[in-house]
Amino acid sequence: MKLILTVNGEIHEVESIWEGESLMHVLRERLALPGAKNACEQGECGSCSVMLDEVLVCSCLVLARQAQERSVVTVEGLAPPDDVGVVQQAFIETGAVQCGFCTPGFIMATEDLLRRSPAPDDAEIREALAGNLCRCTGYEKILDAVRLASARLGAMG
Amino acid sequence: MSTSGTRVLPLGRIGESVLRADGRPKVRGEFAYASDLGADRMLWGATLRSPHPSARIRGIDITRALTLSGVHAVLTHADVPGRTTYGMEISDQPVLAIDRVRYEGEPVAIVAADHPETARRAIERIVVDYLPEDPLTDPERAIMPGAPRLHPGGNLLRRVTIRHGDPGATAEVVVRGEYAVGMQDQAFLGPEAALAVPAEDGGIDLHVATQWLHVDQGQVAACLGLPPSLTRLHLSGVGGAFGGREDLSMQVHVAMLALHTGRPVKMVYSREESFFGHVHRHPARMEYEHGADRDGRLVYVRARVVLDGGAYASSSTAVVANAATFACGPYDVPNAEVEAIVTYTNNPPCGAMRGFGAVQVAFGHESQMDRLAAELALDPIEIRLRNALATGMRLPTGQLVDGPAPVRELLEGLRDMPLPPDVVPVDPREFPGGVSNSTHGEGTRRGVGVAVGFKNIAFAEGFDDYSTARVRISRDDGGPLVEIHTAAAEVGQGLETVLAQIARTELSLERVRVLPADTQVGSAGSTSASRQTWMTGGAVQLACARLRERLHEAIDGPIEETAVYRHRPTQALDPDTGQGDSLVALAFAAHRAVCDVDVELGIVRAVEIATTQDVGRVMNPLALEGQIHGGIAQGLGLALMEEIQMEEGRVRNASFTDYLMPTVLDMPQVRMRISETPHPHAPYGLNGVGEMPTIASTPAIVAAVRDASGRPLTRVPLRPSDIAGV
Repeated sequence: MKLILTVNGEIHEVESIWEGESLMHVLRERLALPGAKNACEQGECGSCSVMLDEVLVCSCLVLARQAQERSVVTVEGLAPPDDVGVVQQAFIETGAVQCGFCTPGFIMATEDLLRRSPAPDDAEIREALAGNLCRCTGYEKILDAVRLASARLGAMG
Repeated sequence: MSTSGTRVLPLGRIGESVLRADGRPKVRGEFAYASDLGADRMLWGATLRSPHPSARIRGIDITRALTLSGVHAVLTHADVPGRTTYGMEISDQPVLAIDRVRYEGEPVAIVAADHPETARRAIERIVVDYLPEDPLTDPERAIMPGAPRLHPGGNLLRRVTIRHGDPGATAEVVVRGEYAVGMQDQAFLGPEAALAVPAEDGGIDLHVATQWLHVDQGQVAACLGLPPSLTRLHLSGVGGAFGGREDLSMQVHVAMLALHTGRPVKMVYSREESFFGHVHRHPARMEYEHGADRDGRLVYVRARVVLDGGAYASSSTAVVANAATFACGPYDVPNAEVEAIVTYTNNPPCGAMRGFGAVQVAFGHESQMDRLAAELALDPIEIRLRNALATGMRLPTGQLVDGPAPVRELLEGLRDMPLPPDVVPVDPREFPGGVSNSTHGEGTRRGVGVAVGFKNIAFAEGFDDYSTARVRISRDDGGPLVEIHTAAAEVGQGLETVLAQIARTELSLERVRVLPADTQVGSAGSTSASRQTWMTGGAVQLACARLRERLHEAIDGPIEETAVYRHRPTQALDPDTGQGDSLVALAFAAHRAVCDVDVELGIVRAVEIATTQDVGRVMNPLALEGQIHGGIAQGLGLALMEEIQMEEGRVRNASFTDYLMPTVLDMPQVRMRISETPHPHAPYGLNGVGEMPTIASTPAIVAAVRDASGRPLTRVPLRPSDIAGV
């Protein structure tokens, strides 16, 4: 089948995809956007998180055909090339990135959280990130990153 | 949301919180992990695995797989070009099963196809004629008379016996205990993956996520029947390791498929497959007897440790030596008798995981110290202080502790840290059970537990352990540029950052680039055993020191030095007495856990973990804290939830749905106090740090749950039924 979708503001036409392909597979293997990571492929770890029409989803659990004529934002689309967004920068500065395989998913979940709730308390942050697994950091620096991003975005108004 | 112009430059010397150079591509989703790689005309590989933990293979029919459109190769053991087995220490593991399978998930055949789904379907069309046999799943039964032999040399992989002092020592106070540790998984988030590209010279370029390029290279070359010079390995991005990438997984398979088809082939394990694709932490059974005087001073320790090695040797023979060496804990033990064995079974192969044998026995020796404290009505910290190992004492192996051993200082530091306030939570999410709303405080009790642990740094028992670094200084429009080339695997821990810090420190030059790791430079040894900052850091320091003498030559053109760093030699353990100077160095950490426990439902909420750790020298505070947090999270996982559950040789929970590990809701705040006692044998006085957070955190948490519940709790991970006593 043929798939037409918007990814990071750009319209893509993808020819002859197999019907069982996930959105994650199409992003990674057909559109060369590996930012949605393939850690569990069953919606448990959040590493493949993207925004689908502004809803945070695990792209491994979305069939590519479900994204037909819809809009997807991946971690690659959060900032122009050679730049990083506030949340991304906060992850770098606080040491929230180690192996980094979980990082794009955490960044997407944080973007989603801060859009809904710009000044979350710790309990709210923990609940918002509870669908994402990290094996390296013990989460402490990730919490620091979210707090820092929230404070900076608040200061920027 | 742009922050142009406010970037913190990732520059700095040792001791500074230098930011990682790969942070930017990682947050942008552009960092190339092994599973992200691609090439023109690339095919996808897939692996057929045994559904049986033990079976004879009477035949393999690949015909129906080969005829599937889009399939380019179907290979079996008969297609292995070189040596048909591999293994880090013992070459006992078939590249592809030959006439039998010894564990569930053992690779039997491989396929290359034009789409991953085609490859999966081809796998399903391979017909294997198995004759299933009863699996041997009990590591102790494995060495009893009548047990089936899984390998020609028998089922005993290694027995390590340590005899120290008087074997007949007696004591006034005796405590005994039996303990068990479940099978933990490294569960790195980036699944095993590799891309193999056939080269025009008949060789292969293998891009892979691994911990040790050169040990992979040797094994892959032998199995492919190629010289190592034609077997070029390149480190791709590694999504965590924790020991699980020290053994080969698909390296030979993907290279065979690429050489056979003449096309690039990529293989990526699914999460389920990943559980079968790498070794796990050895499950352990331990019997302990501690004898002490009335003041709580240890007179003797007797310990027996049984590790389940699973179907193939992996690094079991080294893990069991560690288990034996550290079985008595970081204490002054005048008399010790330790026997540790590891045997073959039809369970999954077990090998390296963060802590490497020290983790299992720490649960044993620390549980015993608490029993002794209870028997003598002593405070758990006090009993440990009275027996604390110190510099100048000897280990049960007879080795003199000639480096720092600040056990007393770590325990006193822990005692001085304030406890978190014991207040009834207002937010219901702060009760055990959290949002499941299972209690509002009824049946909930708080407990506190402490533990201290230790482990060696780098390889032991006479292994020729070294690292190589090539450092070059050139000049371009931006001024002098330093390039560091090693084969050391950055797996997420921040090695590249610290190597760059070392070069800046040594050369007083700011522009440092760490080149991609590959086998075009000498071995750096393994990224394991908390050794890389010491070893490859030492090699970079050495190369830079030589370059410093030649800096004046850099005006005329590039200068380069290659240096090899070796730690001091070690000895084998005596096979009868277990005596010998087998270790390079020791490192220590202590933990205190505060847990709220719903003693009726058996649910635990960790409230706080406090830790003291001596690191020799802080090289990068930010990265150090990250190692400590992450290590404690894995220790908490082993204490409370992480276990590969086995049933008759079959894995019951090969998914992140069923293999539970800590989320951000499970991890409490970590309070840490870092001390720096310079290690006299290491570059800059540093010490290894990566494994120590994972060792004593588990027994500290269990001690806290015991304190709250009053239950003996002799097995990890704790199960709700054990805590509730039902």
